[in-house]
Amino acid sequence: MSNMLAGLLEWVDARFPLSKMWKEHLSEYYAPKNFNFWYFFGSLALLVLVLQIVTGILLTMNYKPDATLAFASVEYIMRDVNWGWLIRYMHSTGASAFFVIVYLHMYRGLMYGSFKKPRELIWIFGMLIYLALMAEAFFGYLLPWGQMSYWGAQVIVNLFSAIPFGIGEPLSQWIRGDYVVSDATLNRFFAFHVIALPFVLAGLVVAHIIALHEVGSNNPDGVEIKKNKGPDGKPLDGIPFHPYYTVKDIVGVVVFLMFFFGIIFFGPEMGGYFLEHANFIPADPLKTPLHIAPVWYFTPFYAMLRAVPPLFDSQFPGVVVMGAAVVILFFLPWIDRSPVKSIRYRGASYKLSLAVFIVSFLILGWLGTQPVTVIKTDMARIFTALYFAFFVALWFLPKFEKTKPVPERVTTK
Amino acid sequence: MKNILLALIIGIAPLLAHASEDGMKNMKADIDLDNKSSLQRGARLFTNYCLSCHSAAYMRYNRMGADLGLTNKQVAKNLMFAADKVGETMTVAMTKHDAAKWFGTKIPDLSVVARARGSDWLFTYLMTFYVDPSRPWGVNNARFPSVGMPDILWELEGMKKPVYKIHKNHEGREEKTLVSYEQVTPGKLSPVEFRDSVTDLVNYLTYMGEPAKMERQRWGVVALIFLAIFFFVAYALKKEYWRDVH
Repeated sequence: MSNMLAGLLEWVDARFPLSKMWKEHLSEYYAPKNFNFWYFFGSLALLVLVLQIVTGILLTMNYKPDATLAFASVEYIMRDVNWGWLIRYMHSTGASAFFVIVYLHMYRGLMYGSFKKPRELIWIFGMLIYLALMAEAFFGYLLPWGQMSYWGAQVIVNLFSAIPFGIGEPLSQWIRGDYVVSDATLNRFFAFHVIALPFVLAGLVVAHIIALHEVGSNNPDGVEIKKNKGPDGKPLDGIPFHPYYTVKDIVGVVVFLMFFFGIIFFGPEMGGYFLEHANFIPADPLKTPLHIAPVWYFTPFYAMLRAVPPLFDSQFPGVVVMGAAVVILFFLPWIDRSPVKSIRYRGASYKLSLAVFIVSFLILGWLGTQPVTVIKTDMARIFTALYFAFFVALWFLPKFEKTKPVPERVTTK
Repeated sequence: MKNILLALIIGIAPLLAHASEDGMKNMKADIDLDNKSSLQRGARLFTNYCLSCHSAAYMRYNRMGADLGLTNKQVAKNLMFAADKVGETMTVAMTKHDAAKWFGTKIPDLSVVARARGSDWLFTYLMTFYVDPSRPWGVNNARFPSVGMPDILWELEGMKKPVYKIHKNHEGREEKTLVSYEQVTPGKLSPVEFRDSVTDLVNYLTYMGEPAKMERQRWGVVALIFLAIFFFVAYALKKEYWRDVH
């Protein structure tokens, strides 16, 4: 039997690099041995991507992308499809979980300087994944065709109409395929959500991982393990990803699933943050809700958009600021000029800047869920400024920053 | 006397309960989805009083029967007035056009109303109809001012009129706040019985918003126990492999 299998493998290997790929990416991919808690989120993101694709396929089997049927088809899934409620909650909770994981994954990169040379392209592919994920989430949110789906889409598409020089209005019409969000919009968003963006996402994830495995993983010490190789040519501080990190990641997966299924089974609405209450009212083009709030993962940017005052009656400056908040992250590898990667060996100024940046982002996120008041608008302005101040600090501070010496080898507690 | 006292308590209760977005506070709906007889009573109220105008177009009669511990025969005999087969959903005969003509607005479907409004909101809404001759149906609602819906439960509750307190606001102008209600005509039910009936109805509406809720919570316990056991296995495996790293 095992002879037959070995024979089969040999037959495949002569035609397809199966063993070679297994070795390159798993059994002989050497990862630093000092990964900590923050290194669970890469594999978790991959897990959630797979869950979203699988539950998404199952949902499309019963969902109807038609303005007159969409809302009812979602309730049909919730009531009449066997286990439909579980599939739907896994997908809706999965969307939020994806952003939680991606935000923590990005925070890890900021802490340990994983975006720095030679990993700039990994970071850029990662940012493209983040952008594609935002688009994917936005298109998907229209599909249940509830009030928030509808008016959220209306608001976001209208952002494009803020573009001046006569471009904005025709552009937003072109996106909607109509003068308002309508059946035509729903149909094309469905196409983007289930075909176009999943392809883009999957391709980018492959590029992200190929780039990572080309240069090797960073670690909490920000030390390049490839600089210290043993006589066998293997990094002294590296261990094969499989089995060491596969068995470790299984533990992470189980803990994550406890949270994930805890929410799915006991609080899938997450107090209105994962599933907004107003989205249980069918979309009504004639009735604008008093308070339109996007889902939580967009609220930091939404707060920035609302914080910027209009110029010549145009919201365009707000759109620019909001866009810049995302675009500036692409340039992070060149904005941060410090040679030290990990926060462990960087100065107090970096630690403080990062803390202010994270707190600003969180507060902006909260502000984005709140109705506008004078004080809250002022707060949003201050924290938007602090958000951007982080990048200014990264550019200038390394000149004066007192860093600690980086060790030659990785450290373990 | 007792009734007036109770009406007073019910009237003041909103002041003690949770605040909602528009400032008005909701009363707490003391519902229990495990209580099948409450759900059955709620279903009877729903099919008798609500289902003539409001549809629940995503809810099937037989699903309701199965979840509430009723046979198809019982459902067909006691709860089905507008459908022929128990597999049908709860639709109504009234057209949108007629509804708009009679009530001045579209009549919302109630399948998921509890998920949109929340149980406490629904309970408060159903408890705060009061006499207001200026409105087309002679009643108004404290939770949903100028609502187009008549006080459909009036024969159970009777009619009550609002009691206002006049006070000066911070600008020195006089303002009146609704503080409680006074029973004008008695209903078929006492205030306590009425409150219990509304609780049953809201319990039913909450169930109908998500019929799978009880099932999902049961599976949740199973899933988390499984994951807890799996955690120890996974952790032991990790420890075993990592022995040679540490």
